[in-house]
Amino acid sequence: MDKEQVRTIGLDQLPEERWATVAGVTVPALASDQVLVLRLLELGFVPGERVQVVREARTGRDPLAVRLGHTTFALRRHEAAFIQVITTA
Amino acid sequence: MSARQPQRIALLGNPNCGKTALFNLLTGSRQKVANYAGVTVERKEGVLLTANGRRVSVLDLPGAYSLNALSSDEAVTRDVITGHSKETLPDLLVCVADATNLRLHLRLVLEARQLGLPLVVVLNKMDRARQLGITINKDLLARELNLPVVGTVSLHVHGADELKAALDEPLREVPPAHWKQPGVEQVLATQRAVLGIFERTVSEPSIDKDPSIRIDRFLMHPVWGFVVLGLVLFATFLAVFSGGDVLSGWIEEGFGALAGMVEASMRDGMLRGLLVEGVIGGVGGVIVFLPQILILFLFILALEASGYLPRAAFLLDKPMSAAGLSGRSFIPLLSSFACAIPGIMATRTISHWRDRLTTILIAPLMACSARIPVYTLIVAALFPNDATSAALVMVGLYLLGIVAAMTVAWFIKRTDKEHARSPLLIELPAYQWPDVRSLVIGLWERAMIFLRRVGTIILALTIVMWALYTIPSPRTNDQGAQRSLAGELGHALHYVFAPIGFNEEISFALVPGMAAREVVVSALGTAYSMEGEEGDVDDQLRKRIADEWPLATKLSLLLWMVFAPQCLSTFVVVKRETGSWKQMWIMGGYLFGLAYLASFITYQLTNILSTP
Repeated sequence: MDKEQVRTIGLDQLPEERWATVAGVTVPALASDQVLVLRLLELGFVPGERVQVVREARTGRDPLAVRLGHTTFALRRHEAAFIQVITTA
Repeated sequence: MSARQPQRIALLGNPNCGKTALFNLLTGSRQKVANYAGVTVERKEGVLLTANGRRVSVLDLPGAYSLNALSSDEAVTRDVITGHSKETLPDLLVCVADATNLRLHLRLVLEARQLGLPLVVVLNKMDRARQLGITINKDLLARELNLPVVGTVSLHVHGADELKAALDEPLREVPPAHWKQPGVEQVLATQRAVLGIFERTVSEPSIDKDPSIRIDRFLMHPVWGFVVLGLVLFATFLAVFSGGDVLSGWIEEGFGALAGMVEASMRDGMLRGLLVEGVIGGVGGVIVFLPQILILFLFILALEASGYLPRAAFLLDKPMSAAGLSGRSFIPLLSSFACAIPGIMATRTISHWRDRLTTILIAPLMACSARIPVYTLIVAALFPNDATSAALVMVGLYLLGIVAAMTVAWFIKRTDKEHARSPLLIELPAYQWPDVRSLVIGLWERAMIFLRRVGTIILALTIVMWALYTIPSPRTNDQGAQRSLAGELGHALHYVFAPIGFNEEISFALVPGMAAREVVVSALGTAYSMEGEEGDVDDQLRKRIADEWPLATKLSLLLWMVFAPQCLSTFVVVKRETGSWKQMWIMGGYLFGLAYLASFITYQLTNILSTP
C-alpha cells in the first residue's frame, strides 16, 4: 500500500463509484449552513462511515446521490463539500 | 399493585421506517385523519386492540429524522412529544426503527430516551432484514438500550402481535427529563454511542455489492433516468385517461339508467325535474371523474411507497433549479395534478420557506383532475371527429400549465433579493414493494374526501343552480321571453366577461365553478337542458357548444380554465398553510390576472385572424 496515495478531500470532489471513508465535517461560518451540517451528522455522515457517490447530475455535478449504509441521499455539491472523506485512490 | 398500562401511545420514527404501514396494520379502519390545531400537518389517530383486548389510542406522528426540527412536519412531532403543543402527552412512546437500517434509525431512539417518557422500541420490517441476511440480537439490544424491544412485520396480518402483547405490560417508571437542543459535540457523542450499540448487536453482510446501488445508477442516469421517468409519467397519464374512461363509462350508464327509472316512475313536474336534471344529472356528472382521480392517486401513492419518486426528484432538481425551484418541489407539484389541496399540503416537507411558498403559489397551475371534465367537453366540441387532435390539445393544455408555473416561479425568484441557497438533502430510501393495505387505505381516504365533497358542496350547488335556472325573474329579455334568475346573474356578469368572449351561460356557470371546477360542466348542462331537449345531456351539450359557440369563445374558455383561480378550497388551504391572507390574495390575484389576460389575447386574436 502506497501511503502517499491516501488523500483527504471534500465529498464533492470524490469521483463516482468509489468508496471512501468519512474523516469529519468542517463547521461552516453561516448559521444556515451550521443547521445543515448538524443534520448531515444526524443522518450518519460521521467519522468512520463509508460513502460512495452513486450518481452525479451531468450539468455542474449538482446534485449528487451519495450512498451511506443502506440509504442513498441526494445532496447539493454545496452540502457535500462540508463532508471530508479519506480516499485511497 | 395494579400498575398502570398504556392508554394513549404515539408512534415516533424516521421517514421511511414503515411507520404508516404499521399504523394501518394496528388500527385498520379504526382511524381518523384530521389536522393538528393551527397547522395542516395531517394528524392521524386510531384505536388498536392489545393482545388482551384493551382499546388503546394511537397517534401516528409525522416522520422525523431528529427532534432538532428542520421542517414543519418535524416541528409538530417535536412539540407533541416535548409537551409544547395542545396535544395531551402520550403515556407511552413507540419508537419505530427500520430493522434494515438501524444504523440510521437508532439515533432517534437514543434521542427519544432523553424525553422522560416511557418508551418501547419497535424493529419494523423484520422479514426484510432476514432476507437481507441482517441478524439482530434483540435481547442484547434491549439490555444495551435498557428498553423493551419488539419486532414487527407490518406487511403480515399477525406482524404486530409482539407489539400488541407488549402494550399490556405495565408502564415502566421513567425519571422526568427535559429535551434540550443538542450541538455538534452532543450529536457526535450520540452517534458514537449508536455505532457502539450497532456493532455489538447487529451483524450484516457488506453493502458494497448491494444491487440497489446498480438500480440507483440506472434510474438516476443522466439519459436513461429521464427516459424511464418519461415512460413512468406517460404510463400514469395513459392509465388515468384510458382506464378512467372505461370505468367512467360504467358510472355514466348507471346514472343514465337511474335517471330513466326516475323519469318513468314519476309524473312530469318540478320534483321530477329537480331529481333528474338537478340531483342525478349534476352529481352524476361529477362522480364520473372519481375513477380518474383514484387512478392518479394510486400511481402517486405506489410510486412514492416504492421509493421511486425521490429519485425522480433527484433527476428533476437541476431542470427545476432553472425556474428557481429544487427537486423537493417535484412531489407536491405531481400531486397537484390530482388536486392542488394535497399538493399544497405536501409542501410541508420543504424546509426552505421561500421554496415552499413558491411551490404553494404555483401548485394551482398544475392541471388538477377537476379540470379534466371541462377540458374534455370543450376539446371534444372543438374536434368532434378527430381524437388525435383532441388528445394533442389536451397534452398542450397540461404543458401550458407547467410552462406557466415555471415562468411564474422564475419571476418570484427574481423578486427574491436574498438569493438564499435552498438545501436539497433528500433521503432516497431503499426500494420496496408498496404495501397493498396502505395503498387501499390511502385510496379509500381519497375516495371518501371526494364523495363527501360531492354529497355536500356539489349536491347543494347543483340544487341551487337548478333552482336559479327554474325560478323565473320578473323581467323579460330583449326578445320578450321570460328570464330565469340565473339568466339575470349571467347577464350581469357577462359585462365583465364579454371582452374575453364568454356568453351569459358561461358567465353564470363560472360562479358555482368557484366552489368546484367540475360543476362548470353540469351548470352548462343545466343551462342548456332547461330548454326542453331530450336525450343524453352530455352529447347534447357537446353538440350545442360545437354549433353555437364561436371558435374564439371555445379557445378563450380553455385558456381561462388553465389559469383561473379556483376552487375556494384551494384559497382556504393556501391561507392555512401560509398563515397569511396576503399570500392567498396574491395567489388569487395573479391567477385571475393571468387568466383574464390569456383569454383576452386568445379571444381577440382568434377573432382578428378568422375575420376574412
